[in-house]
Amino acid sequence: MTHLLVLVETDQGVTQPATFEALTFARPIAETAGVELHALVCGEIADHGALAEHGVAHVHLAQHEMLHDFGPETWGHTLAELIEIIEPSLVLASGTSKGNEVLATAAARLGVAFVANCLKISDDFLDEAAPDLVRVQWGGSLLEEAKLDAPVKIISVAHHSLDAAPAHSSSTPDVKPFRPTLDERLARTIVVQREIAEAGVTLATAPVVVGGGRAMGSAEAFAPLEELASLLGGRVGCSRAVTNNGWRPHSDQVGQTGTRIAPDLYIASGISGAIQHWVGAMASKNILAVNTDPEANMVLKADYAVIGDLHEVIPAVIDEMKRRRAQ
Amino acid sequence: MKVLVCVKRVPSPGSLINITADGQDVDATHLGFAMSPHEECAVEEAIRLVEQHGGESTVLTVGPPEAEEQLRYSASLGVQRAVLVRTDGRPWDPQRTAQAISTAIETIEAANGPFDLILFGNESADAGGFQVGVRVANSLDRPMVNAIKDIEVDPAASTCTAKREVDGGREVYQLPTPAVLGVKEGLNLPRYPTMKGRLASKKTEVAVLDIQSQPGGQQRLRLAQPPTTTSNTITLGEGPAAAPDVVDLLEQLALL
Repeated sequence: MTHLLVLVETDQGVTQPATFEALTFARPIAETAGVELHALVCGEIADHGALAEHGVAHVHLAQHEMLHDFGPETWGHTLAELIEIIEPSLVLASGTSKGNEVLATAAARLGVAFVANCLKISDDFLDEAAPDLVRVQWGGSLLEEAKLDAPVKIISVAHHSLDAAPAHSSSTPDVKPFRPTLDERLARTIVVQREIAEAGVTLATAPVVVGGGRAMGSAEAFAPLEELASLLGGRVGCSRAVTNNGWRPHSDQVGQTGTRIAPDLYIASGISGAIQHWVGAMASKNILAVNTDPEANMVLKADYAVIGDLHEVIPAVIDEMKRRRAQ
Repeated sequence: MKVLVCVKRVPSPGSLINITADGQDVDATHLGFAMSPHEECAVEEAIRLVEQHGGESTVLTVGPPEAEEQLRYSASLGVQRAVLVRTDGRPWDPQRTAQAISTAIETIEAANGPFDLILFGNESADAGGFQVGVRVANSLDRPMVNAIKDIEVDPAASTCTAKREVDGGREVYQLPTPAVLGVKEGLNLPRYPTMKGRLASKKTEVAVLDIQSQPGGQQRLRLAQPPTTTSNTITLGEGPAAAPDVVDLLEQLALL
């Protein structure tokens, strides 16, 4: 094993927290193999000290006028070029939208495999014999054990599958600028503009999410859920059945194809808990299921449950909260 | 304009996914099949773009003969042409799938001219390799951006504007066509087939292609269930009478 290279995901110069997950995943592998951890930064970075704190020994700072903002092709080709120069054995990024996209682009350019959303690579991987890895399928509902045959192993680490932690010791990383040769045509996929969303609590960061499923029956039925969410400083979420019926916008969907939530409390009302939805809700710290069916998957997987009709239970909870507040 | 949508036939699981005895695949004995959710939006977008700008939409899948079901479903919604790249039914790795799709596209384009836009789902619902669209775009040397939730095409200028949701807002991309986009659910609200559409789709000709392709570097050994997350659910009560216990819980979790 030669080097281990981690792609640093920055957004307008700011390192994204997911990168530290990839570094935390990479560090013990590098330590076991006795190799150093390299990192690629495309364009500007506000703070490369944080990379050192997470065990990076060498920072490759790609400098090019076409790296002024994110572009999947400019980043992917930059990564491919660095891989050809430093010949790492293993290349990693966090399996975010952009992490997977950039690794896929680099792998496509190099004509090698790329394995997305891994949880583990075996020790045999270091011997470059029978490399085995475990990755997630179905948004995390199923595991796949796989072999990876490639001159350079390119994998992403399933996002949120581990907690980022800094290294025990850190030193000043060696920062090496490098200038990739980027074809001018690749400017075609660089971000041209940004639309800024209204600030406020988002579904992904809300401390409380009040979710409704098929049993809601209509768009109007969400009014009590809105009220409860508002009383708790949270947001309303919903299942795919709800967005497919047009009762709520897709931006409210919790699930494999919607938003992954991680609130302190998720109140899942009238939600059966199909795989599609559970995958988006499973990171919640506490789940309270409100369902008429005591055998519903969501009830079985929840920490707490109320067996009953959400259309009666939720208004009763709101009344009780108001009653106590008035006291 | 000409739009191609690539879809994948996947099982539709409920609350449990079973694995076959040999561990090689999902046991779909009692499951229905659908295309991946992101792709339903890709199909809808292709139909809308053709409704708006004129032209023709085509749906393509790599899969077993049964995947014709997803092609005909697309046709029932309004997609005009359907192409099946036939496999033996065993799952193909992402490199192999991409290679087959690229070759199929080259074959179709050689006869009918280039697609202005090729749409993929952001990732398949099952294997979730996050790369087939990227690889196809790379092999065809076309621009590609993933995770798109808004598309506008300007056929006169040969450009398309695509938006991607990120933390704190949206990034805007402007790609020259022909281009490739990976889309996410939420791009639109897909329509349901009409009776007339269903009947018409039975007559849609499905072009079948057999394409030589080589396995890539990722090889599935087996599927496995993740460690079970059993929860000893505490039942707070039944019906509206449980409200005080729920509010006690909110207090206990310091949420009030």
